[in-house]
Amino acid sequence: MLGRSANGIFWMFRYLERAENTARLLEAGFRMALTRGVGAADDEWHSVLVTIGQADDFAQRGYDFSGTAVTNFILRDRHNPGSVLNMVEQARTNARAVRTAITREVWEATNESWMVLKELLARPVRETNLGEVLTAIRRQTMLVRGAMDGTMLRNEIFNFARIGTFLERADNTARILDVKYYVLLPSIAWVGSSLDNSQWETLLRSVSGERSYRWLNAGAMDPRGIAEFLILDGRFPRSLAFCYEKLGSNMNSLAREHGRKMPSHDLLREIGDRLASQDIEHIFEQGLHEFIVEFIASNQQIADAVAADYRFVD
Amino acid sequence: MTSTENASFDEMIGPDGSVRPAYAGYRTWYDEQDKSWLHKQGGEAEGFFRRTGITFNVYGDTAGEERLIPFDMIPRIITAQEWRKLSRGIEQRVRALNAFLHDLYHRQEIIRSGRLPARLLARNDAFLPEMVGFTPPGGVYTHIVGIDLVRTGPDEFMVLEDNARTPSGVSYMLENRETMMAMFPELFTRIPVRPVQDYPRRLAKSLAACAPPACKGRPVVAVLTPGIYNSAYFEHAFLADQMGAELVEGSDLRVVDGRIAMRTTQGYQPVDVIYRRVDDEYLDPLSFNPNSVLGVPGIMDVYRAGGVTIANAPGTGISDDKAIYSFMPEIVEFYTGEKPILPNVPTWRCSEPEALRYVLDNLKELVVKEVHGSGGYGMLIGPTSSKAELAAFEKKLRARPENYIAQPTLSLSTVPIFAKSGLAPRHVDLRPFVLVSPNGIDITPGGLTRVALKKGSLVVNSSQGGGTKDSWVLED
Repeated sequence: MLGRSANGIFWMFRYLERAENTARLLEAGFRMALTRGVGAADDEWHSVLVTIGQADDFAQRGYDFSGTAVTNFILRDRHNPGSVLNMVEQARTNARAVRTAITREVWEATNESWMVLKELLARPVRETNLGEVLTAIRRQTMLVRGAMDGTMLRNEIFNFARIGTFLERADNTARILDVKYYVLLPSIAWVGSSLDNSQWETLLRSVSGERSYRWLNAGAMDPRGIAEFLILDGRFPRSLAFCYEKLGSNMNSLAREHGRKMPSHDLLREIGDRLASQDIEHIFEQGLHEFIVEFIASNQQIADAVAADYRFVD
Repeated sequence: MTSTENASFDEMIGPDGSVRPAYAGYRTWYDEQDKSWLHKQGGEAEGFFRRTGITFNVYGDTAGEERLIPFDMIPRIITAQEWRKLSRGIEQRVRALNAFLHDLYHRQEIIRSGRLPARLLARNDAFLPEMVGFTPPGGVYTHIVGIDLVRTGPDEFMVLEDNARTPSGVSYMLENRETMMAMFPELFTRIPVRPVQDYPRRLAKSLAACAPPACKGRPVVAVLTPGIYNSAYFEHAFLADQMGAELVEGSDLRVVDGRIAMRTTQGYQPVDVIYRRVDDEYLDPLSFNPNSVLGVPGIMDVYRAGGVTIANAPGTGISDDKAIYSFMPEIVEFYTGEKPILPNVPTWRCSEPEALRYVLDNLKELVVKEVHGSGGYGMLIGPTSSKAELAAFEKKLRARPENYIAQPTLSLSTVPIFAKSGLAPRHVDLRPFVLVSPNGIDITPGGLTRVALKKGSLVVNSSQGGGTKDSWVLED
């Protein structure tokens, strides 16, 4: 396939994954506002902006700080290149550009996502329809992924889509941890307080992991367990370990199809091995924050290496 | 707008109100249908086109805006007998076009013989000196041709225009048929309609048959598009997809070891045949427009050395020229030794003083076109123009008469569309698509019917508010 198409499909799925994860983050913030009151929610809105790297941009625009302003900025602001609407539009533009690389079903699901979300986000989102909008974003992006899963040939095109998906997902989970790591640190003052519990719950919710975690731990929550779950539990589809296992398998398929390994394969193995050999005690000893910062940088290195190895650009 | 339907030949209904034979089967079916259900189906067709992304971009519109070409659900029907004659005429014309192009770029016998004035080539940008003395692989100039036909009576089809450059619209022909089959499957079990669906396969085969000398093994075909903002991007992607070919942009290609190669995830790989949807001017910044980023620097050198096939060949646009068009009857006769089966529309060349005088005296009755124009832009339709428009055009005409040709305002045939009030006649034309390879000339039965949706309007171009219809050729 063309290097340009590989780049297009890789980013198409990164945008869709990011749009979906952004909706999850907003959902966690919205939930906080509903259960803990507006004051507690403001911190949450702010941390959502920081997580997706839009806090400065938001501040510069001079909007009043409120849940409605933040959600509208993130969801539909035309001037915000990282808004969900812009990302879905970008994903669709990429899909058009790689139209010959995807099936009709994948194209139609993508095109329809854009049509539905453009319509839903044509007017300001209010508290009364925020839930509906966030559900639609998750549902539409899932439709694209489902069409992909059900109709695409398992060749390099599929692999580049999946590599984009899992690099983005690992990055997003890591960024959530980067902003929220402090709620997982042992602190005598907080232990067992209801603030802790709600912070932990929000963290899990923002990766749709609260039910899985409760199910695995019979309802009990502890910070170390949550960190372990999000970083190392290979059964949870948004954990770093899960993303890296999938990355490994998609990169291996590529090597098989092309009949050769590239430098990005070595880099991934090295970084993946390091992650797999970790245990949570060691991560905390080393420093949770340091671990996450390093992980985000390594993840970026892999993305750059893949782009270079497969000639995404001239 | 003046109403012209009454004077026009309607393809469905005869002057006595009876249904013509071509439409007998369809009309029986139509009369059985619940009209409100048909209206509902029509609405769903639009949603279908939006979802599937069958859209075109309009130049001069807000960036990225995509529009639908309106689809009308009443088919345009041609009998087997009518089609036999049409296809013989089309084949003759396309054979003549290829022979003509070869001659123009070689010995120019037609000019030496005095049948075509040499001045038509002088200062004509569509004539490419780069092509002189070169014969494209397989001797084929026009791999894909669209011949625009109009009808004025029961047995009166005329050629309005030849599109030998990069005819577009074939994706609409295919999608219109898909849509009709999805909406009204029972029609196709009741009425024997010749299929069009294998056009992409035939296109791929036809292109592969023109592989260049440097090609070893199975020819690699790619479609070259200017990109996603081009008005016909949907069609470029559609055809590449249906042919299983790569859809490439200029930036994906470069010259590697005397071949044109595309940047794949595994390095540069040679391309044998390029079905380009980029105009000559932008094809090679080293040979033509130096500012072009849509083409491939050096592709003309590779082409002339036999390293790649470009379809259609550069320089074929000269035969789309409307001044050349006016000589087509002579051209057909010169190269085939036969009288043309399909006549031209009578044409006055304004470069000739006598013709110009006639055109100026009768401007209000005529259609005047720029010789290099296309797409319905820059033309005058006398009967529907205001005094001021006529006066303004007259000035242009006097200043540069050689830039114009004129034709009578034809009473184009009508086919009904499905309007709110039921069937309503509207003017149509027909663009059959023709494939040329060393193995022969292959015409897809039917083509694209364009229809002027406005009552009385004679302008069918999609850029000017025209729509399309599924076009049926009946089996014998």
